[in-house]
Amino acid sequence: MTTAAPAPKANMGQPIPRYDAVAKVTGTAQYAADMPLRDPAYAYLVTSAIAKGRVDNFDLSEAQKVRGVVDIVTHENAEHLEPAKFFSNGGYASTTNQPLRSPDIAEEGQIIAVVLADTYEAAREAAHRVKVSYTAATPTASFHSPGTVAARAKGQLAMFKDDPKVGDFDKAFEEAEVQISAEYETPPQHHNPMELFATSVAWNGDSLTIYEPSQFVHGLKNGVATQLGIDPDRVHVVNPYVGGAFGSKGSMTPRTAIMASISRRLRRPVKLVATRDQGFNVSTYRAETRHRVELGAMSDGKLTALRHEGWEISSRADAYCVGGTKTTTRLYDCPNVDSLVWIVRADRNTPGFMRSPPEVPYLFALESAMDELAYQLKMDPIELRRVNDTNREPIGGKPYTSRSLMACFDEGAKAFGWAERNREPRSMADGEWLIGYGCATTCYPTQMAPAAARVRLRRDGRVRVEIAGHEIGNGAYTVIAQAAATRLEVPVERVTVVIGDSDLPPAPVAGGSNSTASTCSTVMMVCDQVRQRLLKAMMPNQGQTVGQTPSGGASRSDQRLDLDREAAFDALGVSVIEEYGEWKPDGAPADSFRAMHNGQVRMVGGPEFGGKIAYAFGADFVEVRVNRFTHEIRVPRVLGAFAAGHIMNPRTARSQLMGGLIWGVASALHEATELDERYARYVNDNLADYLVPVNADIPDVEVILLSEEDTQINPAGVKGLGELGNVGTNAAVCNAIFHATGQRIRRLPVRLEKIEV
Amino acid sequence: MRSFAYQRAADPSAAIQALAAASASNNPLTEAEIQPLAGGTTLLDLMKLDVMRPRAIVDINPLSPTWATVSLENGNLRLGAMARMADVAANPEIQQNYPVVADSLKLAASAQLRNMATLGGNVLQRTRCTYFRDVSYEACNKRNPGSGCAAMDGFNRSHAVLGTSDKCIATYPGDFAQALIALDASVDITGKSGTRTIPFAQLHKAPGDTPQLETTLEPGELISGFTIPGRWPRSAYLKVRDRQSYEFALASAAIALDVQDGTVRDARIALGGVATLPWRARDAEAELKGQKFDDALAERVAEIAFEGASARSHNEFKIELGKRVVARALHQAMTMEI
Ligand SMILES: Cc1cc2nc3c(=O)[nH]c(=O)nc-3n(C[C@H](O)[C@H](O)[C@H](O)COP(=O)(O)OP(=O)(O)OC[C@H]3O[C@@H](n4cnc5c(N)ncnc54)[C@H](O)[C@@H]3O)c2cc1C
Ligand code: SF4
Repeated sequence: MTTAAPAPKANMGQPIPRYDAVAKVTGTAQYAADMPLRDPAYAYLVTSAIAKGRVDNFDLSEAQKVRGVVDIVTHENAEHLEPAKFFSNGGYASTTNQPLRSPDIAEEGQIIAVVLADTYEAAREAAHRVKVSYTAATPTASFHSPGTVAARAKGQLAMFKDDPKVGDFDKAFEEAEVQISAEYETPPQHHNPMELFATSVAWNGDSLTIYEPSQFVHGLKNGVATQLGIDPDRVHVVNPYVGGAFGSKGSMTPRTAIMASISRRLRRPVKLVATRDQGFNVSTYRAETRHRVELGAMSDGKLTALRHEGWEISSRADAYCVGGTKTTTRLYDCPNVDSLVWIVRADRNTPGFMRSPPEVPYLFALESAMDELAYQLKMDPIELRRVNDTNREPIGGKPYTSRSLMACFDEGAKAFGWAERNREPRSMADGEWLIGYGCATTCYPTQMAPAAARVRLRRDGRVRVEIAGHEIGNGAYTVIAQAAATRLEVPVERVTVVIGDSDLPPAPVAGGSNSTASTCSTVMMVCDQVRQRLLKAMMPNQGQTVGQTPSGGASRSDQRLDLDREAAFDALGVSVIEEYGEWKPDGAPADSFRAMHNGQVRMVGGPEFGGKIAYAFGADFVEVRVNRFTHEIRVPRVLGAFAAGHIMNPRTARSQLMGGLIWGVASALHEATELDERYARYVNDNLADYLVPVNADIPDVEVILLSEEDTQINPAGVKGLGELGNVGTNAAVCNAIFHATGQRIRRLPVRLEKIEV
Repeated sequence: MRSFAYQRAADPSAAIQALAAASASNNPLTEAEIQPLAGGTTLLDLMKLDVMRPRAIVDINPLSPTWATVSLENGNLRLGAMARMADVAANPEIQQNYPVVADSLKLAASAQLRNMATLGGNVLQRTRCTYFRDVSYEACNKRNPGSGCAAMDGFNRSHAVLGTSDKCIATYPGDFAQALIALDASVDITGKSGTRTIPFAQLHKAPGDTPQLETTLEPGELISGFTIPGRWPRSAYLKVRDRQSYEFALASAAIALDVQDGTVRDARIALGGVATLPWRARDAEAELKGQKFDDALAERVAEIAFEGASARSHNEFKIELGKRVVARALHQAMTMEI
């Protein structure tokens, strides 16, 4: 075992190498833009330089003169596609601001023209030669701009159910012995996955093939079909690998149907790779948020009152919000809780999911406030969490299916050396560097959604698993292969996994960290159907049911398939057994399977899991160093201890969590999209100016995986951890900065000019 | 990016000849229709962004055998313009005798870029002002003379506080130039009317009313190399930025000292990340010379270095940061073991 492949503890699978490792490392893995197309027209986008107003005129004369230009599409000649419904209102789209329908402009970077040419270079040159004249109106950029309107989130979008509350917050807060009331802010951030937003399309008669990095091939297929007014079965999305997504490739963006319609018109395949800066507007982002957190506690640290109010930016077109109060109101034991979420509309593109959408901003606020409370109480922040730990969430009194928060804190603290910390701010230093330790809780809802799979077993033990899951770097191929190999008792090398293709049985969006839980539970169930047939063949008279895995069942480690596979096949008289099955989690609605085939997700979990509540937990520890003179901030050490139910593969799990911790540090110190408030435009829309950490910024990351068993969540016993690692880290960094400097930073990102010591 | 003709120059005279056509248009160098191509890490970048639009480029990489040499002779350091940043940074003699040179190069860009980029191209790199680099902004006096300056009241955290004008506040982004200007380097220039040598301090121009004119090079002229007189073992480059590597300076200081028995006999101070051009803080140096060094003196010197600095809405912090960087860098240079 190595650091990268930690030895499995109880209830963990083997840390086998990634299924797709060699393909990726040798460059043979084909991403969307690598897919060969016959004689494509290359598309290059022309995007709006203003955020609000209209296009008065295009001067295309110079552009049209560029050799190789095939066509230039603007609102004047574009096909009018069917409107795209917002994903949260029963549609598929990331935004309802559909470009190329009129001269109106509602956001910076809106697609206003598409240049098509025989080469990429010609398309780009012509796009640069398109001259646009605008009439610009003054846009509203963000919270501080004039013209903003805030409205309660409740009722504006289906995704946001309610503002949780219980007890009498006002009274309890007033009576509390210790009170904290503070405001926090997080900035806009963009996913910036390595793989750009590419779309290649090709028609064959009336059938359309789309090569596009997607976290949801069935959603994309159905969405594009709706916009083009064609049968979804005529649309085929192919996407074996996604080069990073983080939420930005989860819903359909306008570009896909536009490319398909242009291709249909040109009778030629079309290939688009939007540039890095266009990517800031072509898809979604994490919008900026503001928070007010009020905590009341008794002198022993027991919380008596908790209130969290959040404000989030959305576009004029769509009401989107992440609404993290559903988590922050339930995390700690507290009898009096109140919350409220507001949506503030601005002249921006519609925000969307970005890795741990609600928890990253909302836990920043709560976990910072908890640290402030610990200091006021003169209490160790870990002990404060212990005093308020609970097995029942306070809003509805539902029991957690399992919760190892304090075990994570205790193991993490030991490994980190938390005991060596001197509690006093500014008490630790190394030469010109002030040293601080900080910690925070991390958690993420355990979520599942219906999925289907087809499994084929051959007499010789080769297995093929087909499921339209998504490899976004999460290790989907690997863990699905492991699930099948375990159930069918074949070496994992014998398993072929086919995913990322909308002709396969549907799987849900690779979002909300549900993938492993949903796809592995489904694949296990279908493998059991295969086992069933083999067993029946061997024991025709016993009618025994083996290895049934009712959801919530605990039969993962059931009896072995003690039979001679080849004999069973011979008894059946076939050489291949193939089974198809559809699985849904406990509490999934009645229309789950129908919705699944329509590319709609019926996700359950977290606080919305019937009579229970399901979360994965962890504890983050950070050491920061702040330079006394220059105020540079460094993070020499990050450590996270996590418990997330059954760990399919400690190698891929560690990789996800490590990446998450790095992201968490970045979300405190580096990542921020800067707005030019005058124009509502993103200024640093490139990877030189939009800072992500480089190796030198993250010298030492340690991931500790705790053993945890949860028999109430799903047959795989998996909680999902793709989004667990980067929650709370931002608070841990700021808590450590407070410890180092005595200065509390409540607005992210922390830049050196914010340090005043 | 627009289509362009590509020429490869076999030797200096062929390069000069190929570039001669540029003189005719008499555009400022940066807008010249014919551009030399060295490592291409600035030029191709800006061409892809449609900021620079040369009709032709002349690849001068074949000149490397003669123009990439590095030598330490008669106590002077001679650096060929085609020497790669990585090679110079890794040169043990330079690390020992000119740490400020080696460090300014080592702390710049990334390993890949330093392998490609040349010293000549490096000193001519252009500002990172995001409004300059994004042609969808109409207003940029540097790119589009007379159009205004989008940065002035826009997002200007990375912009300059020294040497600014009401036409342009763009920061000169390079690190190596600070070492050159601090050490009184000279630049060798070759053009169609022969060769000339000028002090490095005369290569760049402040923006004034014509921010589009960045250097005193004539169109068609090439830099062939740099000469640094003397040796400066007690020298250091301190660079402060938001992340620890692969980023331009928010503030930096190139320091070179000649110290005997705690008294500063000669001092050189140049500032990066804060000025519109490579910036020598001569008044600050004067304060230091002949004095016994202590931290209070360092702070006084730093104060003087930023006299006359003026900030816009997001870069006020650079004045205080810049002073702290100067004081810290002086302290580091003083305490160096040499
Ligand atoms: C992402 C990124 C990060 C960077 N970070 C830093 C940093 O932290 N610090 C730093 O200092 N720099 C940094 N740089 C800039 C980099 O150092 C320069 O791009 C590089 O040094 C330019 O050298 P080159 O040989 O590639 O020049 P080129 O791109 O080939 O040329 C640049 C310009 O100079 C002209 N030119 C080139 N050679 C000559 C010559 N001999 N005579 C006359 N004209 C010539 C060209 O025509 C062109 O106009 C960064 C660059 C990038 C892309
Ligand atoms: S600061 Fe200079 S380069 Fe930047 S926008 Fe203004 S004029 Fe242009």
